[in-house]
Amino acid sequence: MATYASGLLGGMLIGLSAVVLVLANGRVAGVSGIAGRLLQGVQTATGTAFVIGLSLGPVLYRLVLGEWPPVVLAASWPIVVAGGLLVGYGSRMGSGCTSGHGVVGLARLSRRSMAAVGTFMATAVATVYLMGFFQ
Amino acid sequence: MNRNAVYRVAAALASGVIFGLGLSISGMLNPARVRGFLDITRDWDPTLAFVLGGAVIVSAAGLALVRRMPRPLLDDRFYLPETRVIDRRLIVGSAIFGVGWGMVGLCPGPALASLSLGLPATVLFVAAMFAGMAAHDRLQGARPWQRV
Repeated sequence: MATYASGLLGGMLIGLSAVVLVLANGRVAGVSGIAGRLLQGVQTATGTAFVIGLSLGPVLYRLVLGEWPPVVLAASWPIVVAGGLLVGYGSRMGSGCTSGHGVVGLARLSRRSMAAVGTFMATAVATVYLMGFFQ
Repeated sequence: MNRNAVYRVAAALASGVIFGLGLSISGMLNPARVRGFLDITRDWDPTLAFVLGGAVIVSAAGLALVRRMPRPLLDDRFYLPETRVIDRRLIVGSAIFGVGWGMVGLCPGPALASLSLGLPATVLFVAAMFAGMAAHDRLQGARPWQRV
């Protein structure tokens, strides 16, 4: 139960983060979009600030709670590289990821984002299911 | 840089910190938890549904404010996506993204946020992710990233 409550609280903070960015700067808090524009050399000042802030979040968590948030990445290195390549290529081709399509897109009731979320949820679930047979 | 540009950078920093903190508190920084949510046939962990639900509700409340504002606080206009078409690129790209997300349990937000933990596997993932984005731009032609 506590994990659901902290999930809800953390989720609300993620929503708040999107609200801050859209109300202040008028922009969608889509992480793949921000990272992609950084790579293209566009909007680098705000993009860099956002990414630095993102990585300061866990540091702030540690300062308050005295420990790092748990991160368990069990995948082997070839899987990590392949997964990273697919995540980068796919989010660029599909114009968004879990934040842009998942949080802001769904909140805007965008049909495009609903289609994107349904698609990546389905392929992610299928991937985890199939990989389960090889572990 | 004029004063508004400095404020815009500060707002982006604040948004990033809140996002990273939210990921940490929710448990979604952890690829093992994310894969637990995606593993619906075995030992399903529903937490991510609460994370997404909380995020969408707060985000929707903020976007309701946007409709009443002529422009954002620090810029001349809103830069919200106007594309409506559900095309092949959207579906195929999202499908590819989902496979990578399922393989590792990391998407761009948690991957960049957990860089501060200094884990070699996360650094490797982020490097591969940027390589994947660059590969897309090489093969498909870079287009300005405005369409969500």
